[in-house]
Amino acid sequence: MSKRRRTAPAPTPEPATAGPGTVRQRVIALIAIAVVLVGGTTAYLVLSRAKQQEAVRTASPQDTVSVAKIAGAPRIVFRNTAIGPDYGRVAMVSLADPSGPRALTPTSCDRVFVARTRTLCVASDPGVVTTYTATTFVDADGPTEDLPLTGVPSRARLSDDAKLAATTSFVSGDSYAAANFSTRTVVSEIGTDRSFDLETFRLVHQGKAIKPADRNYWGVTFASDDDAFYVTVKFDSKTWLASGRLSTRTVQTIRSDAECPSLSPDGTKVAYKKLGTRGPGDWRLAVLDLATGKEVSLTEEHSVDDQVEWLDKDQILYGLPGVGSHAAETNVWVVPADGTGAPRMLIAKAWSPAVVR
Amino acid sequence: MYLSDRPRDAAGTETPSAAPTTGRRVGSTVILLGFVSLLTDISSESLSAVLPLYLTAVLGLSPLAYGFVDGLYQGVSALVRILGGWLSDRADRPKWVAFLGYGLSAVTKALLIPAQGLAAVTAVITVDRLGKGLRTAPRDAIIAASTPEHSLGRAFGVHRALDTTGAAIGPLMAFSILWWIPGNYRAVFIASLAAALLGLALLGLLVPDLRPRRAARRTAAPPVAPSWRSLAEPRFGRVVAASAVLGVLTISDGFLYLSLQQRDDFAGKWFPLLFVGTNVAYLTLAVPFGRLSDRLGRAKVLVGGHLLLVGAYLCAALPSGGLGLTIACLLLLGGFYACTDGVLAALASTLVPAPMRASGIATAQTVVALARLASSLLFGALWTGLGRSTAVYVVAGALVVGVAVAWWLLRHVDRSAHELVPA
Repeated sequence: MSKRRRTAPAPTPEPATAGPGTVRQRVIALIAIAVVLVGGTTAYLVLSRAKQQEAVRTASPQDTVSVAKIAGAPRIVFRNTAIGPDYGRVAMVSLADPSGPRALTPTSCDRVFVARTRTLCVASDPGVVTTYTATTFVDADGPTEDLPLTGVPSRARLSDDAKLAATTSFVSGDSYAAANFSTRTVVSEIGTDRSFDLETFRLVHQGKAIKPADRNYWGVTFASDDDAFYVTVKFDSKTWLASGRLSTRTVQTIRSDAECPSLSPDGTKVAYKKLGTRGPGDWRLAVLDLATGKEVSLTEEHSVDDQVEWLDKDQILYGLPGVGSHAAETNVWVVPADGTGAPRMLIAKAWSPAVVR
Repeated sequence: MYLSDRPRDAAGTETPSAAPTTGRRVGSTVILLGFVSLLTDISSESLSAVLPLYLTAVLGLSPLAYGFVDGLYQGVSALVRILGGWLSDRADRPKWVAFLGYGLSAVTKALLIPAQGLAAVTAVITVDRLGKGLRTAPRDAIIAASTPEHSLGRAFGVHRALDTTGAAIGPLMAFSILWWIPGNYRAVFIASLAAALLGLALLGLLVPDLRPRRAARRTAAPPVAPSWRSLAEPRFGRVVAASAVLGVLTISDGFLYLSLQQRDDFAGKWFPLLFVGTNVAYLTLAVPFGRLSDRLGRAKVLVGGHLLLVGAYLCAALPSGGLGLTIACLLLLGGFYACTDGVLAALASTLVPAPMRASGIATAQTVVALARLASSLLFGALWTGLGRSTAVYVVAGALVVGVAVAWWLLRHVDRSAHELVPA
């Protein structure tokens, strides 16, 4: 492009130049830079893709076994987070040997939950426009059912008999909406078109029905009667553990500072994460005895951002990010639910565990 | 001083042309700056598009933490903007201050590649926003300095259209790369870095190093030193006041999109498309509305554009509505941006002396940014207190009043702006 220029209304005694060198030299420099940048990036992309495909071809993943070997017996189903071609795939290990070989299924999910034989899978599908899906199925090759989901998937839960499904997704605005994240939690009856948006339920707080416009619900856990459930509700910048009933479409707050509840298999305790006096995003685990109202803190000293799962009536499972640059390789840990003992890693490179007994 | 406002062919020969003042095209500098912005927006928007997924899926942070990162964006940018304007006027080197800003943003893309954890990513993003704040006003000052007064609206329209095109391409590029090489965020960062560096090279090598103050000194009799006092010009003050009034009544897009997705299944499922739709409307309308502002008067178009916003509010607040209403809302929103963003810069640049142009543009833009920040807080409270629909109706009503007030404030500004032009 020529930089020769005419002077126009205002007289310009000294034409402005872009910098040292003639226009021709600068244009040549620009072309050279463009070639290096575009060429270098293209080369990097092509090489990365070739390397990735090579890795897929030659992958000798850690101990794996066939799904058939594990699927029949009690097991823990989870999301495989070993970096590689199988990252994000739904996997399972035997409940009797959790650190043993895993079986990989063909399905990929961001978060997975299993009850009996039914799988609930929430996933993001990155594309030109990223979309999010929640599907449930008994057999991945068989019929699947789509459930409503409107944003980045966060939590997924099924009732014990797999008749109800609950999903929570994050719906964020653009940067102006900033810290005001918004969640949407939907309970669906599987096999029917019926679903409940919890925001339409009556909310009872300290004996009064209230309607705060900024209420958000997340992290449903179901009781065994397919009616009662526990959930987190947040309004006025405070989170509450709440209990609800689908039959009466009512949610009632129980105690403050408790998120992502998980009901124990015998229905007597609820485990959740809480902030206490720590700053935002720094949660610890606690367990509440529903009959006595007594809360114990668990011994895990890292921040846990997860909806925990009960391994049995005395221990709970949760995910923690891997160390340092392996943050994406999350691990599943186990800790006693009575505040004693020490946490230990149960399944390496795993996330979102669901125990199928 | 003006550059030729006719295009030149590849051989560099100038087309014989009428006087620039009657030219029908915008100057090559404006086009160059448009492509610098296009490349930079490809770079930054490709990152914004994948950052939430990267933070949550790869770094293992929760979306709540992402909201926190996002919140930092705003404040940093508004404050540095004034600094960028002042530095640019003070040194009389808008190009190199802008270069510093674009350079800072390019550096952050390189830093993001090894960054791990929330603290590192937060720091990197903050630096990126510093760069954005720094470069905006000097860049707009170059556009103003290289364009004849009477076609400023069109010039800013062309620049904003190119800029927004970049914003539309960015996410497309990012997700195409992730689709081609699944899970390889580093590849996205590297492509983003390359786009930023190319934009930087284009700016550094080809955009002329204009010296608005020196040029003014040679034409105007008394030498003018940059001083904040020259911003005390009453017409400029009126523009700032009107911008503040209108800015406080401008609900952020985020709230409108949330409103739409609560009502419309399509908007819920294809949430990201709402941003794309607004951008497409904006880039299509930026030039026509910019030209309109040259013809009708910039203050009129700036104020009138807010009526489109009122329309967008009404579309969003209606209790029910289908796809058609959602699309209408996006069109109106894009039209609103086309009538206001570039037009405000064009208007501000005509009302302050050339040596204070970057500071003047920065002041007007900062006032708008801060007013909109206040608006977000106010509207959040209204939404909580009155509910979504009522809150939007209340603000729509207030905005109609605000438009009337702004109209009254700016009633003589267009005419007097033209009178400023030396014969």
